Amino acid sequence: MENVIPYRLQIVAITVALLFMFFIFRLISKGKLREEYSFVWFTCTALLVLFSIWRNGLDVIAKLLGVYYAPALVFMAAIFAIIIFLVHLSVVNSKQHEQIKKLAQELALLKNKLDDKSTQD
Amino acid sequence: MNKQLKVAIVIPCYNEQDNVLKLYQEIQNTPFPDFYSVSPIFVNDCSNDSTRIILIDNHINFIDLPVNLGIGGAVQTGYKYAFINGFDVAVQMDGDGQHPPVELSKILRPIFDNEADVVIGSRYLTKEGFQSTSLRRAGINYFKWLNKKLVGVTIQDSTSGYRALNKKALELVSDYYPDEYPEPEAIILYSLNHLKIIEVPVSMRERQGGESSIKRFKTLYYMVKVTLSTLFLYISIKSMKHK
Repeated sequence: MENVIPYRLQIVAITVALLFMFFIFRLISKGKLREEYSFVWFTCTALLVLFSIWRNGLDVIAKLLGVYYAPALVFMAAIFAIIIFLVHLSVVNSKQHEQIKKLAQELALLKNKLDDKSTQD
Repeated sequence: MNKQLKVAIVIPCYNEQDNVLKLYQEIQNTPFPDFYSVSPIFVNDCSNDSTRIILIDNHINFIDLPVNLGIGGAVQTGYKYAFINGFDVAVQMDGDGQHPPVELSKILRPIFDNEADVVIGSRYLTKEGFQSTSLRRAGINYFKWLNKKLVGVTIQDSTSGYRALNKKALELVSDYYPDEYPEPEAIILYSLNHLKIIEVPVSMRERQGGESSIKRFKTLYYMVKVTLSTLFLYISIKSMKHK
């Protein structure tokens, strides 16, 4: 399976992966993406870059794992990663839900206290 | 009698413009014994009708939530209020007029007598007053069974929102209270934390306006959701205790 991917395609793949990495970097430096979420994206882009440089990497790993059709490995890994990330987002979402509830309650209780004070004065 | 006991009536309301004033006046006009004082506290759960305006115009003490938290979050806000302000007892009363204030002393008595930490007003212990629909009753029987299996307490009316909590229970619910459809789940919470629950018969009325938080097409979702959250709560409290 030597030289299945033409060099032109490889250059495109490397460029896209690097651009994506640059984009993530920009988001973090502008404060639009928190560092803790950026970790997973950096890992993804690093893998993209790795496999666009190491051309036979996919086949090597597929053979190692005994996967007959190498591209199936890509889909499996990608879907798995997406599911994990979605669960992670749900966890974050639930945590925020709790925090918002607490904030709303505190705010409402404070408003009530403030009204009490102003009617007494 | 040494000092007068302070009772907070927590009334969560979401779009109850037709009921709030009526309920407030009814509470004011109900004669209560001298040894306790009753303060109604309305919790406006970000209603989008004129509930808020009515509460302000009539100078009624209320807590105004900036975002809609749902019944559990609203009730918890009221419980927190009662706990912070040093009330001895908090009673939850629905904003739709289903829970008559005249029944209040029946619910409060076991707490004053130190017989219970949590008292639930049940409409099924005696066949008086409004008895609700057959579908709802089937659901209630299911929860009765579930509660008995999990924590070994039999509660006839686990969906009843007419409840009284003493200080010990208030401290617990200030920390955690279920969000959506909290009533059956809260029973598990109380019993696993060794609070004593007593059920007393009260008569209830048919709702006087507004909409029930349990609509018919949502019943199945309600059952599944409550079952799941009850089981999860049971497991998490049990595993916490083992550590």
